[in-house]
Amino acid sequence: MKLFYYPGCTVKTKAKNLEASALAAMKELDVELVEVASWNCCGTVFGMSTDDLLHQLAPLRNLLRVKEQGGDKVVTMCSMCYNTLKRANHLIRADEEKKKLLVDFMSEETERYEGEVEVLHLLEVLRDVVGFEQLKEKVKVPLQGLKLDPYYGCMLTRPQEIGLDNLENPTILEDFLVALGAEVIKDPMKTECCGSYHTVNEVDVVVERGYGILNSALKKGADAMVLSCPLCDYNMDHRQREIVKKYVDFGGIPIFYFTQLLAIALGLETSVNHFDLNYVDPLPLLKERNFVA
Amino acid sequence: MKVELSSEKVNSDFVKKVEELSGQNILSCYQCGKCSAGCPSSYAMDLLPSQVIRMVQLGLQDEIVNSKTVWLCASCLTCSVRCPRGVDIAAIFEALRLVVTRDKDKLNYVEPSQITAEQLEELPQIALISNFRKFTG
Repeated sequence: MKLFYYPGCTVKTKAKNLEASALAAMKELDVELVEVASWNCCGTVFGMSTDDLLHQLAPLRNLLRVKEQGGDKVVTMCSMCYNTLKRANHLIRADEEKKKLLVDFMSEETERYEGEVEVLHLLEVLRDVVGFEQLKEKVKVPLQGLKLDPYYGCMLTRPQEIGLDNLENPTILEDFLVALGAEVIKDPMKTECCGSYHTVNEVDVVVERGYGILNSALKKGADAMVLSCPLCDYNMDHRQREIVKKYVDFGGIPIFYFTQLLAIALGLETSVNHFDLNYVDPLPLLKERNFVA
Repeated sequence: MKVELSSEKVNSDFVKKVEELSGQNILSCYQCGKCSAGCPSSYAMDLLPSQVIRMVQLGLQDEIVNSKTVWLCASCLTCSVRCPRGVDIAAIFEALRLVVTRDKDKLNYVEPSQITAEQLEELPQIALISNFRKFTG
């Protein structure tokens, strides 16, 4: 089957390892992800103030592009894009008065957009379209014995209107990883914030968060952490460089995008994972456990 | 901390503006403290989230603007989804940042022109754009 997908800026550059592994793995599962033509920036964060309708236009125009191109669903793999697109879509569906204003703002467009497109995260596609049971049957390299720490961060599940999973105790990543044959760590820090955009101007806050969250995973015996957000990934993976400087006892831990583990479990070429973009090299771990040659 | 209360402050335009921008009824908060207990940034804050909300109720604009608290909020929404009164605390914090960043006499909290070439090269775009969205006017 074919589904439209919205990549977003970071997935096309710093998080190419997320995009390439996702596209290859989904193809293997007979889901062709077709990039939406003429997409623009999603805005990265949902504008929460009541008068800030202009910032809702960027995400909504992307959904309009999907509608124009004949789609009624769009898939994202970045948690921030997912959150921004889904909340803007919820806003135009739920608020009649704002819908009128937003439609008027986009009057130069050839089509109207009123919330017709469904926004899906790739994990939802794996759970609800492919199905975890069916996925299990397609696994060629079960990740047996690999202890993984699922990390959701914020934007994948919050607030309520996102509706992907339980707010306090989501399990979609665990269920996915179990389908791949891995062992899953129960970690109370899995929905803690990574520090997000403070990585620009408050690096120390991000280092503190990262140390707390990663150490929790390490203490529970995790071999690696698994996530879906390129900003969480930067803060959890690349910021280990700063964490080690502050905390000499910190051992370091590889961070995977969920799609990279999917590609490995499906037996795809290691090159689709672009591990060169991961800060902590996961290859030694994968080779030691014989998941890759 | 010594604060001065007055009916002028409680009924000030500042309180009305924060309520309008956030779409929240500030008096819904009954100060249970759940937002402060769950906030992952509270360790670094000079005022706890629940204290900021109380100060909005009292119209203490100067005390809030001089605090670092709303600038340490990462909009992770933990407070908003846990509030037993349904108050969207993160939206109130967004309104408080906007009161400052939309003030033409105030500087941006983060100045994009100060970002180094090295940071631009290193940081993912979503980090920069979200940061500027939150911290500039």
